[in-house]
Amino acid sequence: MRPVLSVEQVYKYFGGVRANENISMQVEQGSIVGLIGPNGSGKTTLFNSIVGTHPIDKGSIKFENKEVSTLPIPVIAKLGLLRTFQQTRIYGKLNCIDNMRISAKPAKDNLFSVFSTIPVELSDKAENLLNFVGLYQKRKLRAGDLSFGQQKLLELAMALMNEPKMLLLDEPTAGINPTLINGIIDRLIKVNKEFGITLLVIEHNMRVIMSLAQKIFCLAHGELIAEGAPEKIKNDKRVINAYLGAQ
Amino acid sequence: MDLLIFQIPILMVQASLDGILLGTLFALIAYGMALQWGVMNIINIAQGELVILGGYIAYFMYVAGIHPAFGVIVSPIIMYFIGWSLYKTIIFRVVDRDLFISILATFGISILTQQLMNFIFGSDVVVAQSNFGTTFLFNYMVTLPNAKIFAAAISIIFAVLLVLYMRRSKLGRAIRATAQNARAAKILGVDTESVYAATFGINAALCGVAGSLIAITFTLHPYVGLPYTVRSFMIVIVAGLGNLPGVALSGMGLGVFEEFSDYIFGTEFRIAAVFLLLVLILVYRRFKLSRKREYLK
Amino acid sequence: MNQKIILYLCLLAFGIAAPFLFPAFKLQISIMWILVVLSLTWDVQGGQMGYNTFGNIMFFGLGMYICSSFQIGLFFPLAEWTASGGEKTFVHTPTQFFQGFFIGLILAAIIPAIVAAIIGYGILGLRGHYFAICTLGLGIAAGEFAGGIELVGAGQGMTSPPWPKGIGDTELRSEFFYYICFLLMVFTFLFLRWAYSTRFGLVLNAIRDNEDKAEAMGINTMRYKITGWVVSAFFVGMAGGLMGNMIGYIEPVETAFAGRTFGVFMVLMAILGGKGTLWGPVIGAIAFHIFKEGFWTFFLGWQYVALGALIVVVVIFFPEGIMGWLREKYPERFGEIIDEEDRKAQVELK
Repeated sequence: MRPVLSVEQVYKYFGGVRANENISMQVEQGSIVGLIGPNGSGKTTLFNSIVGTHPIDKGSIKFENKEVSTLPIPVIAKLGLLRTFQQTRIYGKLNCIDNMRISAKPAKDNLFSVFSTIPVELSDKAENLLNFVGLYQKRKLRAGDLSFGQQKLLELAMALMNEPKMLLLDEPTAGINPTLINGIIDRLIKVNKEFGITLLVIEHNMRVIMSLAQKIFCLAHGELIAEGAPEKIKNDKRVINAYLGAQ
Repeated sequence: MDLLIFQIPILMVQASLDGILLGTLFALIAYGMALQWGVMNIINIAQGELVILGGYIAYFMYVAGIHPAFGVIVSPIIMYFIGWSLYKTIIFRVVDRDLFISILATFGISILTQQLMNFIFGSDVVVAQSNFGTTFLFNYMVTLPNAKIFAAAISIIFAVLLVLYMRRSKLGRAIRATAQNARAAKILGVDTESVYAATFGINAALCGVAGSLIAITFTLHPYVGLPYTVRSFMIVIVAGLGNLPGVALSGMGLGVFEEFSDYIFGTEFRIAAVFLLLVLILVYRRFKLSRKREYLK
Repeated sequence: MNQKIILYLCLLAFGIAAPFLFPAFKLQISIMWILVVLSLTWDVQGGQMGYNTFGNIMFFGLGMYICSSFQIGLFFPLAEWTASGGEKTFVHTPTQFFQGFFIGLILAAIIPAIVAAIIGYGILGLRGHYFAICTLGLGIAAGEFAGGIELVGAGQGMTSPPWPKGIGDTELRSEFFYYICFLLMVFTFLFLRWAYSTRFGLVLNAIRDNEDKAEAMGINTMRYKITGWVVSAFFVGMAGGLMGNMIGYIEPVETAFAGRTFGVFMVLMAILGGKGTLWGPVIGAIAFHIFKEGFWTFFLGWQYVALGALIVVVVIFFPEGIMGWLREKYPERFGEIIDEEDRKAQVELK
C-alpha cells in the first residue's frame, strides 16, 4: 500500500505556542485513519496545515507525492484533498440542492468556464447524495435553517459531491443525534469502500473511532505520542495518561 | 539652484514639525475610532463628520465672541451627548448585526450629518481665529503657529487623561472588559448596553476635542469629514487595535507624510494622496497577509 | 411561464413607447434607465457577492471622461477644447459625432473593465470593513485626481461634444439618447439575468454566504470576484459615457465621480429594491427615481438630509428591501413552497 498523504516532521508555532511539533504520519491509500487527542492537542491545527489554511514553519506535507505545504487552499482542494469543518460551514442562504450543485467539480475550470451552465444531471446526483446522508426531504430548505447536526451531514454530502480522493473529517459526529451515529459510521465505511475515498477522521467519540478506523494517531500537547491499530491505542499507557491526565 | 539646496533642509524641518503637530490631532481622532472599534466592532464611517460637528461648536463660540480655545471644554461635553443619543437612537440597532448593516448605517449617518451641517451652517469654509500668534525658530526660517502647538498639547493632554480614566475608573474597566469579551462581561453583570453608549459618547467627545482644535488651526467645511474618517482608519490599521503608542506614532507619521506630499505633489493633491495611501496600505497588507495565507478581515 | 413572457413584452413595449407617451419626461426616464444600470451592477458586488463597494462610481466617472475625451480627441486637440471651454471653434460634423460617440462609448466600457481587472486582484482580496473603506477611498481619490488633471479641465471640468447641427432638433437628440440608455439597460439586465443562471451566479452567492468554505471546496473565488467587478465596470463605464453626453457637461466631483449623488443612489436603490435579487435593483431604482423626481421639490433644500435619513432607515428597518418583503409575504410566488412535513421531518439513516 502506498501512502496517499505523508506528513513529515511538521512544526507549527503560533507565537510562542507550540501547536504542532515534529509530527510525522502516513495515510495509506484507501484506508480510514483516526486522529485523536485531548482538546487543544493540535489536531485541527494539523488539519489546517494539511489543507493550506496557514503555512507550516518546518517540514513537508505531500499529497500523492506532491508537495502541498506551499500551495493555496483552492489548489489543494482541486487536487482532491478536501476537509469538513468542526463548526459547520455551509452556504446559509442557498437551499440544499444549490449547496450541493456548487460543490461539484466543474468539468472545465478556466477563465472561460466562469459563465458555464451547471449541468442538469448534477441535480440528480445531488439528490442521490442528499438521500445518502438522509437529507432528501430537506433538499429545498435553506441550508441556514437546518439544525447543526443536519448541517454537518450536509457538509459531508457537499464534500462527497466534489468526488475527492481524500477527505479530512473534523468531528463528523459531534452535535449529531446519538441515534444517528451508527448510521453515520455505516455511511462513512460505505464512502470508503464504495467511493474509494481515503478518510482521515478527527473524533472524540471513542466508540465511533474504534469501530471506524484501521489505524489511529494520537496527539497530545502538539506532539504525536502514539500510533497503531485501535486495539493497541486503546491499551497504550501514554494515550490513557494524555486523556485522563496522569502525572 | 543654490537657493533650493539652501532651502531644502529648512523645508524638511518645517514640514516635519507641521506634520508632527498635525499628526497628534489625527492620532486623537484615531484613538476614538480604535476605542469604539475595539469595544463595539463597528467602523464608524461618520467619525469625520463628528469631528467637523465638534469644530462647528467651537466656531460658533468664536462667532458668539467667546475665545474658540474654550471649545475644547464645551465641545466634548456637547458631543458626548450627541454621541450618546446617536447610539441610543441608531447605533444600538446595528451593534450585533452583520457588517453590511453597520457599514451602511454609519455611512447613512455620515451623509445625514454632512447634509444637515451644510443646511444649517452653510457651505462656506470657515475658520475660528485664535490670535495665538506665531513662534519662529531657527532665525525666522521655520514658522509655527502657536495654535498648532496648543492643539498638539491639548491632544496629548486629553489622550493621557483618557488612558488614566480607562485604567482607573469603574466605567473604564467595564469598557475594557466588554472589549475583551462582551458576552462574558454581560454575564458578570456589566451593563454592556450602557458601556456601548458611553464608549460611543467618549468617541464623539474625543472627536469634539479634535474638531474644536481643527477649527482654530485649520478650516471647517461640511464636506471635509470623510478624509478624517479615512485617516483615523488608516492610523488604526497600521498601529493595530489597542496599541496607543502605535496610534500616536503612526498619526504623526501620517501628518508628516501629508506635509511632505504637499511640498512634492502640491496641495491640490493632498486629499488624493491620503486616499491613495489608504489604498496602498490596505493592498500592501493584503499581500503581506496572503503570503501567510491569512485574510484581512 | 407565459405570464412572464407577457410581462417582459409589456415592459419592453412601455420602454419603447415611453418617449412618445411622456414626451416631457424623456430626459428623466433616460436617467432612470441609467440608474437601473447602476443599481443592477452595484448589486453584483453588494447583493450577490456580499462585498459592499462604494467605489463603483469610479468606473462611472472614468467612463464619462474617457468617452468625451475620445469623442473630442479623435478629431480635435483635446487640450485646446477644454481650455476654450468647448467654444464653438470646434464643431463636430454629424459623421464625426456619431463615429466619436460609438468609439468613445465602447472605450468607456472597455477601459474601466480593464482597470477593474488590474486593480481587482489587490482590492478584492480585502474583506468586510477593509474592502468597504478601500473602495470608498478609491472613488474619492479618483475624483480628486481628475480634479487635478489640466488636460480634462481640472476642477472646472469639461464639456462633452454638443449635438451636431443639421440633423434634427433637440427632440431628436433626446430620443436618440433615450433609446441608447434603454438599450443599455435592457442589455445589462439580460446579461445579468443570464449570468446569474450560470455557475457565475451560484459562485457569487457562495462567496457571499461563506467565502472560506468556497475556497476550501476548490473554487478559485478570486477569479469570480474579478469577473464580477469587470462586468460591473463595463456597464457602469458605458452608463457614465452616456450620462456625460446627455448632460453635456462633466465636472469631476459633482457629475463624474459623484460619490454624493449617484454613488449613494446606487447603494440605496439596490437595498431599497432588495439586494441579491435580479428584479430588486430594477424596482428599487424605478421607485427611488419616481420618488426623487416627484417629491424632491417638497423637501426645500432638505433633499440630501432626507436621503441620508432614508439610507439609515432602509438599512436598519428594511434591509431586505421590497423584494425581500414580497418574498416573505408570498413565498409561493418565488418558488419557495416549503412543505411543513419536510421541514419537520426527522433525519433517518438506515
